[in-house]
Amino acid sequence: MTELCTKNVTVKVGRAILVEAASFTLRSGELVAMLGPNGAGKTTLLRAALGLGRLSAGSATLDGAATARLSSMERARRVGYLPQVRPLAWPNTVRDVVALGRFAYGAALGRLRARDAEAVDRAVAACDLANLAHRRTDTLSGGELARVHCARAFAAEAPLLIADEPTAALDLRHQFQVMGLLRRFVDVGGGVLVVLHDVGLAVRFADRLIWMKGGTILADGSPEETLTADRIRTVYGMHARVERQGAEWSVQIEGVA
Amino acid sequence: MTASGLNLALVTTAVVVLVAACFLGTTPMGAPRVLAAFLGQSPVGDSLVVWQIRLPRALAAFVVGVALGASGAAMQGLLRNPLAEPGVLGVSASASLGATFVLYYGFADAWGYTVPVAAISGASAASALIALVAVHTSSVVTLILVGVGLSSFAGAAMSLLMNLAPNPFSLADMVNWMLGSVANRSVDDLVLAAPFMAIGLAILFATRRGLSALTLGEEAAVGVGLNLRRQRLAVVLGTGLATGAAVAIAGAIGFVGIIAPHIVRPRVGHDPARSLLPSALLAGVVLVLADIAVRLSPTSSELKLGVVAAFIGAPVFIWITLQRRAIRD
Repeated sequence: MTELCTKNVTVKVGRAILVEAASFTLRSGELVAMLGPNGAGKTTLLRAALGLGRLSAGSATLDGAATARLSSMERARRVGYLPQVRPLAWPNTVRDVVALGRFAYGAALGRLRARDAEAVDRAVAACDLANLAHRRTDTLSGGELARVHCARAFAAEAPLLIADEPTAALDLRHQFQVMGLLRRFVDVGGGVLVVLHDVGLAVRFADRLIWMKGGTILADGSPEETLTADRIRTVYGMHARVERQGAEWSVQIEGVA
Repeated sequence: MTASGLNLALVTTAVVVLVAACFLGTTPMGAPRVLAAFLGQSPVGDSLVVWQIRLPRALAAFVVGVALGASGAAMQGLLRNPLAEPGVLGVSASASLGATFVLYYGFADAWGYTVPVAAISGASAASALIALVAVHTSSVVTLILVGVGLSSFAGAAMSLLMNLAPNPFSLADMVNWMLGSVANRSVDDLVLAAPFMAIGLAILFATRRGLSALTLGEEAAVGVGLNLRRQRLAVVLGTGLATGAAVAIAGAIGFVGIIAPHIVRPRVGHDPARSLLPSALLAGVVLVLADIAVRLSPTSSELKLGVVAAFIGAPVFIWITLQRRAIRD
């Protein structure tokens, strides 16, 4: 059981407060979706939790140890981090990009040790990339590329994973595919925190929702506890209709509030 | 071809061209005499010509190429841009500015290491500035333009020093630095620069795994466990030392650091780590060949190596620029 925990994290840049007194916990075995408008401080909070950004106040710990104190490789072996996707600099093969996920174990491309190669193979198979393993990444579609990034995160075999908008710019089918991959990772014992912009997608896949606005966490709980039309209006400034039938939710966005 | 196969082929080629370069020179010597000198079975005069004059010149061209090739490949990996190179980004020009400065003020005679240290300081300052700019901008265009500006500034400062040159001899000295040449380099010149170059190259090779990780972009590279600050510092220091030492030997020679990695990259799966060693070897081979061309060319005064390299390299630079997809900028 691994636990990433922030307590009253505040991040200030100059006089601007980007995140204020934010506390959340991510544990193995749960898929948590973080929701909130652009500029709500989601990425800033995640980076702070990972020990990548400076905290103005509060603490961010991984199993009790401050994340900022961990070495980069140590941290990466325990929490995977998929930032918002940027174009790859070089047209490497799919397998090489997935193998970069083993960086924290000292893996070097082109001469992987057996353990690293096996982890890469497993990740490639899990993300259904076996047919594409030797393709150059600049020949892939956006959806295929998103799976490659998931695979390199899985290759690290870290117990926790933080993914920042992994479904951005993907069509519906690929959004579901990526969320399905993350769900499967959780079902076999992993813990995932994923930033999403689609409430419907979030409620379909997530166990818990964290709602952010203006640098603070407004609510943190299961869909039953936190998902209401009022919440969507407060967080996004949008009118919505929220209905639930058993485990099925339906979220209809109706217009600007 | 695998990366190790490529390296083996390049090492073999390097040995061949280095030996071939020793068959050329102003003293007329037949092939049998040169061979005898190599095998240590010749009169003192012949072996002196081969071991003290011809081989050092060829070796100088080779190690300068190695340093520039490795620096180019490493900077391209760090900045994720195939156009980054010590020459283009003004690192070489800043190094020659440092060297020219101490030559102008006559410090060079005071202490043997003055010229390499000045060249390395210039190179390190320039690569640090480039890395600093890279932190603040994600735009490749901005970065290249800053490099071009830096290069122009160093060029202007050089012109100023030449303008103020106290006598024609210093002026000729400075012009040599600007044009870049390995003519008349001795074993001593190599020995002087060798430690700096060796340390610089060692640092660059130690960072190569990080260069692979940077393929993902800086944030994602940090995500997979890269210590970005240390990586940047190491590449800046490594290129500063290697490029500075190269300039201390041969003056400013541009573009080899672009051409070699560009040719190597598709053959090593576009991995910046695996392209480092073959880029270095290939750049070394290219410069030895260019220096052979310099000596074979029938001009009245000998062409400078840097001039020849630029004539080949500048068009290639433009070609690579046009090949790039606009989407990455």
